[in-house]
Amino acid sequence: MALPLIIYRSLRQHLLSTIVTAGGIALACGLLMCVWVVKTQSQTTFTQTTSGFDAVLGARGSKLQLVLNAIFHMEASPGNVAPTDFEQVRRLPMVKAAIPIAVGDNLRGYRIVGTIPTLFEQIEYAPGKMFAVQPGGKLFALEGREAVAGSFAAEKLGLKVGDRFNPYHGLAFDPQNKHADEFVVSGILQPTNTPADRVIWIPLRGVQTMAGHDPKAANDISAVLVQLRSQAAGPMLDMMYNKQGNRLTFAWPVAAIIAELFGKISWFDQVLALVAYLVAVVAAGSVLASIYNSMSARRRDLAILRALGARRRTIFGAVVAEAACIGALGATLGFGIYFALLVGVAKVIRAQTGVVLDVTARHPVLWICPVAMIILCALGGVVPAFKAYRTPVAETLAPVS
Amino acid sequence: MLAVTDLKKSFVSPDGERVDIVNVPGFSLGAGEQLALRGESGSGKTTFLNLIAGILAADSGQVAIDGQEMTALSESKRDRMRADKLGYIFQTFNLLQGFTVIENVVLGMSFGPGGADRDHARRTLQRVGLGHRLDHFPHQLSTGQQQRVAVARALANRPRLVLADEPTGNLDRKHAREALALIREVSKEVGSALLLVSHDEEVLQQFDLRRDFADINKVAVVARASSGPAT
Repeated sequence: MALPLIIYRSLRQHLLSTIVTAGGIALACGLLMCVWVVKTQSQTTFTQTTSGFDAVLGARGSKLQLVLNAIFHMEASPGNVAPTDFEQVRRLPMVKAAIPIAVGDNLRGYRIVGTIPTLFEQIEYAPGKMFAVQPGGKLFALEGREAVAGSFAAEKLGLKVGDRFNPYHGLAFDPQNKHADEFVVSGILQPTNTPADRVIWIPLRGVQTMAGHDPKAANDISAVLVQLRSQAAGPMLDMMYNKQGNRLTFAWPVAAIIAELFGKISWFDQVLALVAYLVAVVAAGSVLASIYNSMSARRRDLAILRALGARRRTIFGAVVAEAACIGALGATLGFGIYFALLVGVAKVIRAQTGVVLDVTARHPVLWICPVAMIILCALGGVVPAFKAYRTPVAETLAPVS
Repeated sequence: MLAVTDLKKSFVSPDGERVDIVNVPGFSLGAGEQLALRGESGSGKTTFLNLIAGILAADSGQVAIDGQEMTALSESKRDRMRADKLGYIFQTFNLLQGFTVIENVVLGMSFGPGGADRDHARRTLQRVGLGHRLDHFPHQLSTGQQQRVAVARALANRPRLVLADEPTGNLDRKHAREALALIREVSKEVGSALLLVSHDEEVLQQFDLRRDFADINKVAVVARASSGPAT
């Protein structure tokens, strides 16, 4: 009864400093949790985002660039692949499926990718999940001037079935580079929470024969998305294209290549984590300073409590518990900051990559961080608690008694 | 009930000189007795009460309450004994300003043997006429009302001994009389012995048992530095 009452009243008496200090802790806690969850979630989600393919075959160059271009629809294509190369890989017995794609155009910043209807009809983009067109629409015809828009792109561009548009040349939007060709939206894809949602899909021939494109490359493609019959085929094709050949790159396995990317940018996580750690230490320091500074004003109250029979350890415990309570309050508020940050970051990641983070996913950091913060704050309370512990009762009560 | 033997306490003055404050060879108070100690300012009577309460550690000597030797106890046990057996009424009331009236009383009780009993605290406050002020803060009360809260807090635990240090020093005549009567009545009701120190003759005349502190404290009264401990 005594301890909670002493803590509650003390926090109420110093409400402003309690709120400011708890706010700092909330920020630190929210930042730390967000950095960790975004880091692990994005790593997991990105490495799982293979759109159902095991490998990408493309022009000689960086495997990462190839995967980013063909799977995530980011980055430029490293070059073209000849139709004969596509045919060769398609016919390999160890290849289950080979889907050609052609890139190079956009609609107001959203990529236009040429492919074949097989991608939507036969490929599972995730185990047990296939692309589907929303009711009222249909897939594009192989040779037609039709388009199927990914759900996110359609939403952002305001596209609906029957709308007509002219593609713009290049991967970056430039109003000067409008193509003369006109396409009709034949369907909108159901959301897949993959990069495919950010793409406007048109027939392969639509990209290859678009007015303004180089007629010499009219049969070329940008890359081939490859499904293997077994993972054992991966090393063989790796040997065939990457080690024995010198014209093409076989990017396999997709997940490992993306994991490599995270390895390259891990310094960024570390910088963010370091910032969050520093904020946490500063927050704990502010708990120490805040309570320590209030000690002078509270000396008399502490002496009165002692005179009433409170033991030194009760006073010590009250101050440490008060610091821990500020930590707990901050950690609780930190969940609000965490969710707000995570939702914001997830929105940005979705807009930029099409990959959707699960904001409700659990992670050990969601309890480790608040508990660690409460312990850190309690430790911050030890110094002022020791000061309180040493309050001389008679001397403190003397001046006015 | 209270037995003091060879109790001594001295302080070092700012100029480095050791000054004897308390030197009481013998003093006792029976259960339920009410005694007033007369003493001038600076005579060491507050220090004497603080030594009895265990708030100050004596240089030497014994204080026994109910036969239990307090000066031999560890600080923690002295705290416990103070909470269990003593009620202390200060001249300046020493109420916790951030706590409501009832919280002041409940908190005082919470360190004692019975623990915090809100209903009993309420009844005690009703007894001292503050039943309608339970949720007020001390600064919202008059001086007389604050004194009554201090009385309720000191007596709520039914202590064996109540120490009152100039309890009417901050009150006008009318309120001082009322407060004193209240302290004595409630002490009697709960069966507490009362040791009151004052320099106010009108207060002292209310008591059948009176003693001069100078008679029991065998040190010469000297002018003490203002920065020194309370005396």
